[in-house]
Amino acid sequence: MSKRTIEMAVGTAGLDAYGQPIRAPLTVREQGALAVDAPWEPELESEHMLINIGPQHPATHGVLRLVLELDGETVVRCVPHIGYLHCGFEKIGEYRQYNQIIPWTDREDYLNSLGNNVAFVLGCERLFGIEITPRCTVLRVIAMELSRLMSHLVWMGTTCIDIGAFTPFLWLYQERENLYNLLEGWVGARLTTSATRVGGMAAEVPDGWMDGLNAFIRNFPKTLNESDKMLSKNGIWMGRTVGIGALTAEEAINCGMSGAMLRASGVAYDVRKDFPYLDYETYDFDVAVGTSGDVYDRYLVRVEEMRQSIRILEQAVQRLPDGPLNVDDPRVILPPKTKATSQMESMIHHFKLVMEGPRPPIGEVYVPVESPKGEKGYYLVSDGTSKPVRWRIRPPAFVNLSAIPRMVEGHLLSDVIAINASIDIVMGEIDR
Amino acid sequence: MGLITSTGAAGGTPVRSPVPTTPDDASQDSWVTSRLDFLVNWARSSSMWPMPFGTACCAIEFMATAASRYDLARFGMERLSFSPRQADVLICAGRVPFKLAPVLRRIYQQMPQPKWVISMGACASTGGMFDNYAVVQGIDTIIPVDVYVPGCPPRPEALMYAIMMLHKKVQTERMSDSSLRREIEPDPESLLYIPPSTIDELSEPFGNSVHQTRSAP
Amino acid sequence: MPGSAREAAGLPEPCTPHHVVQHGGPENPSVAALRDRFPEAIVRSHVMWGETTVFVAAARVHEIIRFLRDDTAHAYNYLVDITAVEYRDADQPMEVVWHLRSLPWQRFLRIKVELPTGAPLEIPSVTDLYAAADWIERECYDMFGIAFNGHPDLRRILMWDTYREGHPLRKDFPLRGRFSRAEQLSQALKIDTSGGYSTTELSVADAFNDLPEDMKQRLRDKRTAAGLATPASDEDAR
Repeated sequence: MSKRTIEMAVGTAGLDAYGQPIRAPLTVREQGALAVDAPWEPELESEHMLINIGPQHPATHGVLRLVLELDGETVVRCVPHIGYLHCGFEKIGEYRQYNQIIPWTDREDYLNSLGNNVAFVLGCERLFGIEITPRCTVLRVIAMELSRLMSHLVWMGTTCIDIGAFTPFLWLYQERENLYNLLEGWVGARLTTSATRVGGMAAEVPDGWMDGLNAFIRNFPKTLNESDKMLSKNGIWMGRTVGIGALTAEEAINCGMSGAMLRASGVAYDVRKDFPYLDYETYDFDVAVGTSGDVYDRYLVRVEEMRQSIRILEQAVQRLPDGPLNVDDPRVILPPKTKATSQMESMIHHFKLVMEGPRPPIGEVYVPVESPKGEKGYYLVSDGTSKPVRWRIRPPAFVNLSAIPRMVEGHLLSDVIAINASIDIVMGEIDR
Repeated sequence: MGLITSTGAAGGTPVRSPVPTTPDDASQDSWVTSRLDFLVNWARSSSMWPMPFGTACCAIEFMATAASRYDLARFGMERLSFSPRQADVLICAGRVPFKLAPVLRRIYQQMPQPKWVISMGACASTGGMFDNYAVVQGIDTIIPVDVYVPGCPPRPEALMYAIMMLHKKVQTERMSDSSLRREIEPDPESLLYIPPSTIDELSEPFGNSVHQTRSAP
Repeated sequence: MPGSAREAAGLPEPCTPHHVVQHGGPENPSVAALRDRFPEAIVRSHVMWGETTVFVAAARVHEIIRFLRDDTAHAYNYLVDITAVEYRDADQPMEVVWHLRSLPWQRFLRIKVELPTGAPLEIPSVTDLYAAADWIERECYDMFGIAFNGHPDLRRILMWDTYREGHPLRKDFPLRGRFSRAEQLSQALKIDTSGGYSTTELSVADAFNDLPEDMKQRLRDKRTAAGLATPASDEDAR
């Protein structure tokens, strides 16, 4: 078996960037006052302060509201309030055909539109019992990895801004513009792509698109290395992220963490390796695993994930086969227009597919994928009609965010921002 | 109607001073005359500090507009003000659910006059694709909007066109028109106030979305 | 650690499932163990599209999930999701669904409990087994109205606390809500934006006296409503 994990060599070994022991969490005494274990800090009896961050705040990555109880600068309790972006996705999914739900999957985790599109139709195809074509499989791998890059670029840019570095945001957003050009060429939209359909993709890649992708694959690592060099060994960056918001492996598993949050704590769970889909087991890539689960390790894990995504993209471009893109099943895929306007049977199929939509057999599926935020899956329950009975989105960022109180309590107020940034939340997915 | 300056600065047209002066009479330098409206509107539109009330996907396109490819600094708007107290234009980018509605209202009330609102995207303008129990069907039901930007999400060029449209709108404002800067709070005692039940009755013939029967949900 | 038990047992590596059959297919080995240990609690099970679903009795579900989590031969240490499904057909009862994952064995299991129609919507909570269940169960309560017994802090999470239209994902809840748009808007604008503090969530011991008067009164009312002693001074306010 090929090497599966990379142990991040920059383990913190219990010391922070300056060789000092990682800040111990503060202990709670009976009267509710806090004291630091180290004797050099005097104990101050003071009243606690209630601070409200959000829901409108630059550092909350959307509309998250954190109510913090502070003892000086130290957080005693943290209560997150969400729901400020709840838009009834799951309800509206019950009133839409399967292909009509695809634009909604764009909007919920809007940084990972392509990935959500693919995840949703993977679930639909399992529910319908359809096998997609080899070309579609590889194109969907390309779509998922591009989406992973896009999401991580935003994550990295906004985390830099939160911690204080503005320049990498502009560099990384320029790379995102290059990706937007590619997506616009393929599906016509920059951000909300709706690139897949049940049984295939919305559109074939245009001529010359592969050259554009190859150019991107060649040039992107330079930008990534530049930003990485600016941050990874930077004293300010390390001082603000090392030892902050650590979770142990057992805690992380029990809290339902997934994605970089779990892997930074040392648990090598990646849905692409453990519950593979789209033939990911045939690609040669490694899973980045951290050691101490702090913000710095999560940053390193995500940067390494970006490098591995480039590796997967290179392999996918190599092996992209020719052939049909969509399955040849008139029950799910619209017939070509020439046939639909000339042959009776195709016309009827076209009519039924547009008016009623494809109908799966009665059943239910849950197909998880590795989204940039973590394990994402759509639980679809069908009663045989063209609209699902239940469309459940398993939101990785929702579960990751629920652990923020235990990560934040005992840290300083400025660490709250860094920890919040490291979770990589997208409120569209959390609130749905 | 432009500026008339007596210093003969770049402008091209020969300058005629209204009062004959000697060339080295310094007291006639640096006088600028213009319409007050023009100056004030020019100043206001040339560096509107946006308050990005970004909730969802449109916020990402807003950030892309502010990034280096489509630069908001060309409008003097690169200084995003996250505090409403220091902002001029509230750009509501993204869908606004009912839970967020009082927050948006409060942020708008906290902004000092003069202020404008750009409703970016289909969801902020009309509720977009979210015609359901959770989403406000257009932020103009909560706050007054100056420019609507269609799109899901609108391209950065569309947002920039909206900003330029807002500039044109600002340039037609007049200082003497105080109604522009007056904010009216809904007051249940006022004769202008319409309670929700009356609104429902009035909108009955046009279709109240709960009772809509013209298309399947 | 993921896959460690599977590797030790010499089972084949995971690969992308192709040509999955709708019915039949290999059953998750945990089901046989459950039938051995809880014979009367297992109602039925089936394998569909490669995934095993087990229907269990509501009274035993907490015990069953605890067994699945703690027994090393099954080791379902990861809670993926908890949700509910209400069918359009009124005769089919509402189901509560747990998705469990075993990282060491790389297995997935779906546990379902049918809530009979007419009975109160209650189910035991698994927050003591998985910390992930906290918010997931709150969301299920918010959207369906299912009360999770034993949950430390069961209140609405996505809608606001005083939301009066009902539980949105129920099938009798219309897509656009029960109230008219004007009414929804006027209720939304009356939400207290500075609310959301309660004595159960914050240890406002020392800060109680600093709170504004209306908030103090509200906290006292909540404590009275919950049957707790009202704080007479900041000392008791914890």
